[in-house]
Amino acid sequence: MSEIHDAIDAVWRIESAKLIAALARTVRDVGLAEELAQDALVAALEQWPGAGIPRNPGAWLMTAAKHRAIDRLRRNTVLARKHEELAYGTEGAHAYVEKDFDAIGEEVEDDLLRLMLIACHPVLSTDARVALTLRLLGGLTTPEIARAFLVPESTIAQRIVRAKRTLSEARVPFEVPSGAELTNRLSSVLEVFYLIFNEGYSATAGDDWMRPALCEDALRLGRIMAELVPQEPEVHGLVALMEITASRSRARVGPAGEPILLLDQDRARWDHLLIRRGFAALERAEKLGGALGPYALQAAIAACHGRARTASETNWPRIVALYDALAQLMPSPVVELNRAVAVSMAFGPAQGLALVDALLSETALKAYHLLPSVRGDLLAKLGRLDEAGAEFERAATLTRNGREREFLLGRAAACRQ
Amino acid sequence: MRCMVLIKATEKTEAGVLPTAEQMAAMDKFGEEMIEAGVVVLDGAGLKPTSKGARIVFSGGKPTVLDGPFAETKELVAGFSMIQVKSLAEAIELLSRGPFDGGEIVEIRPLYEAEDFA
Repeated sequence: MSEIHDAIDAVWRIESAKLIAALARTVRDVGLAEELAQDALVAALEQWPGAGIPRNPGAWLMTAAKHRAIDRLRRNTVLARKHEELAYGTEGAHAYVEKDFDAIGEEVEDDLLRLMLIACHPVLSTDARVALTLRLLGGLTTPEIARAFLVPESTIAQRIVRAKRTLSEARVPFEVPSGAELTNRLSSVLEVFYLIFNEGYSATAGDDWMRPALCEDALRLGRIMAELVPQEPEVHGLVALMEITASRSRARVGPAGEPILLLDQDRARWDHLLIRRGFAALERAEKLGGALGPYALQAAIAACHGRARTASETNWPRIVALYDALAQLMPSPVVELNRAVAVSMAFGPAQGLALVDALLSETALKAYHLLPSVRGDLLAKLGRLDEAGAEFERAATLTRNGREREFLLGRAAACRQ
Repeated sequence: MRCMVLIKATEKTEAGVLPTAEQMAAMDKFGEEMIEAGVVVLDGAGLKPTSKGARIVFSGGKPTVLDGPFAETKELVAGFSMIQVKSLAEAIELLSRGPFDGGEIVEIRPLYEAEDFA
């Protein structure tokens, strides 16, 4: 019995995004499309355990969803006629007709792309984009999303309901824009993927240092996107960045779950398959020509680490140059902080510290634990241990991640000895 | 989770018969479907017949080299791919849709991951 449910889960994970995407094009409403797809899933859960899984489960689900849609359409038409007598119009969102279903499933790639763009539409808040993307495209259930982000299920459920309503009310067209508008919309999609990835890679809260399932989901979405819009260099840049970063997952956690910093990691434990894939993605971005965008630049930095067999072989001057380019493109105190670290490695801790000190007045970094953490590290290297200890302690009070707090307090204690 | 998918050898693969253009096209289409489903193929390749390969048998502290071909065709591997999936059930569902037309055996073997050693 549970075996068949595992199999249905698997079918759902494989088919749901395509199903919702095709339905959304036809009924022109993402919320309704998702409900129809869910209805089809319920029908499958009722029928498949007895009848067995059909030969072509995707087509079966699509047919089931189609029947529900047409039922609703007919019901709504009857309702609309009644409403018309009361001077109501038909609801725009439901203005699809039966023959629209003939074309369903014919343009899978375009449908998926449209669905990605809509799930990350600028009318939605970032939280809503993340939840909707995981739900509609990642095939995650509401409880799974809630667990991943350590928030109550009801919060995620509400977020999704509200997001669907916002899209419906804003009458967001289900289409792929072109030119600069497409580039803008894509950057919103990439931002959401990277956010999901980072939430998995360096969990901002909770007791685990990483939540690898979220990294996998983000990578998966990125890889799909790279095939949907292969002409966009930044998509490959982001995929490269995520692949290379993820390659270090195994090496960045110690036996007791404690974080291990990049330069202290056992590089033999890096996943070299992912590194190779990252290099390949970066090459795709570079081959498309033009100056590298922010994701590709960050990927190029990650690639410098990936290429170095030992930490001492790292090409720090090149990393500094790449951070210079990144800071020009995307000026931000966080980039400056990273650049300062690279400068300290290339040209000595004193030079790095001077750059970090210049950031102390940045309001954006006031509550950012990595500022005192980096500063503490540089001070320790310069032998100013008392000051270093104080910085690590301050960093420990700022992080919300339990593992990281322990780690920082450990470094503080080492400075005090 | 990652799974190694092993495609077992057949008389054809052992004879070095290359896939036809149609079979290649069907394989490509299957690959595209996998990508659309979000399943990631991390790596993969077809292997030359065992007549082009060798075995090294370690016994008594001394390696002995045996040249191919090898017997037990069904136990031999003719191709592999490494995929990233959510569950074994997903891998099974997916591979069941592969463009195989009879006789092939496809073995799915999940990898040990870091969490298995925790």
